Amino acid sequence: MMNRTLSRKLLGSMCGISNPRLSFAQSAVNTVQREKELIKSRELEKDEPRPLYMDFQATTPMDPRVLDAMLPYQVNYYGNPHSRTHAYGWESESAMEKARKQVADLIGADPREIVFTSGATESNNMSIKGVARFYKAKKKHIVTTQTEHKCVLDSCRIMEAEGFDVTYLPVKNNGLIDLKQLEETIRPDTSLVSIMTVNNEIGVKQPIKEIGHLCRSKNVFFHTDAAQAVGKIPINVNDWKVDLMSISGHKLYGPKGIGALYLRRRPRIRIEPLQSGGGQERGLRSGTVPTPLAVGLGAACEIAQQELEYDHKHVTVLANRLVQKIMAAIPDVVLNGDPDQRYPGCVNLSFAYVEGESLLMALKDVALSSGSACTSASLEPSYVLRAIGTDEDLAHSSIRFGIGRFTTEDEVDYTVEKCVQQVKRLREMSPLWEMVQEGIDIKSIKWTQH
Amino acid sequence: MAASSREHVLSLYRLLLKESKKFPSYNYRTYALRRVRDAFRENRTVEDPKVVEELVKRARDGLALIQRQKWSSIIPTIGLRQVKLPACTASVSGVHRCVCVRVCCSVCGGVC
Repeated sequence: MMNRTLSRKLLGSMCGISNPRLSFAQSAVNTVQREKELIKSRELEKDEPRPLYMDFQATTPMDPRVLDAMLPYQVNYYGNPHSRTHAYGWESESAMEKARKQVADLIGADPREIVFTSGATESNNMSIKGVARFYKAKKKHIVTTQTEHKCVLDSCRIMEAEGFDVTYLPVKNNGLIDLKQLEETIRPDTSLVSIMTVNNEIGVKQPIKEIGHLCRSKNVFFHTDAAQAVGKIPINVNDWKVDLMSISGHKLYGPKGIGALYLRRRPRIRIEPLQSGGGQERGLRSGTVPTPLAVGLGAACEIAQQELEYDHKHVTVLANRLVQKIMAAIPDVVLNGDPDQRYPGCVNLSFAYVEGESLLMALKDVALSSGSACTSASLEPSYVLRAIGTDEDLAHSSIRFGIGRFTTEDEVDYTVEKCVQQVKRLREMSPLWEMVQEGIDIKSIKWTQH
Repeated sequence: MAASSREHVLSLYRLLLKESKKFPSYNYRTYALRRVRDAFRENRTVEDPKVVEELVKRARDGLALIQRQKWSSIIPTIGLRQVKLPACTASVSGVHRCVCVRVCCSVCGGVC
């Protein structure tokens, strides 16, 4: 015991840290973790005004009409939709089926092809793991892109560990995939191609119709993560020849905690269920379907269908206003992603010679993000920006502006004004900017002597 | 039909706008005002009585919805203030007469 405490103290003094119990490696990790939290999370004070919400890709506020549809099922009609013996169950079930039809109508599917899940992450997991495992006897290859959502990439990694081959297709500088490259990558033993419709970080819209036709011609199943696209651009699964589609509730002004998976019936695609249990949702996803959430999703889909054109017009006008005003006011701003093939509501701008985190901290009246919510914890620049070939320094200085149904012109003007003001201020302080003003080419500088 | 007469539709429009102004949340309020205004403007030239009746019914449902929902969103927003936008001037006007004065008086409304 005496020896142990002595050796610990020695170790502590050698490493120069106060806590002798940690090893050197652990303390190194801790300092990195402490440095990572540059933007400290804190609760808003009592009378502090709330920031403007400009992060519609992370999540969206619920539409009041959706809340109105959900409330009766939270308060009064609380039955389990799978109870077959009493009115509580029957009314819950009919509400659930009505919601299923509303979701199906939005994407041009049949209600029997919709499975309710807990969100797009679960739907993505179900698609990739389910399809791969079901058809693993003869098909061992999966194709996806480098700009997919983390859940897709992680599921593919798990599949690699299970013995599958996964190809991560690179994207061009504008964020779109190369169709020729995709065609060459598809092998006779490819079971699934998974490409997201609209990217959540740069807003780029992939040519899903062409990809769908290509996959159908090669007899390969096509999955698309349409979480950011559903309700925002017109979708038709039959026109696009999509076999599986993931839908997320809280991205289209619906409740959080619900999503859906579209599974084609003709030609039938089969998956191995991830969640076993009582056989609900045709055995594909057991577990009680949360009726109020499903009703909310259905209402959100119906509203999205009615408001699609109006919202698209509104978002386009505001996004153009934002981009044009910022670009007119300050130089050296880059719009990441293809300027035409995109969803206008997701604007990802890189401000050269300005650090992204410090700009976010300066813009504390506006709720923004750099990159996606799932990668915002780490210091690394987003992998999506790296995949589209942005320079390291531009990747660090990117901000994502999300515009949605509830954004107003005043909010956009305020954001632009503040952004321009803060970028100018930060650039004044930046030595790189000084050098650029003097005419020095930054790229020609040798930063290290050895 | 009397129910869809011009006066009735106009009074429905005024009521909808009046109720929409009572949303405590800035985003919901501005959206409701904008949507109501644009919807009525868009359907100004509709002649077919069946379609008109359908639209009036939808407007009436919308009105009931706003009346219900503004109460369900008042409770959680006690003490909620939003960033003051410089473009808005009507911050303390007669229309912001609502239960939670603290909520509304410093929140700018997108008054149309």
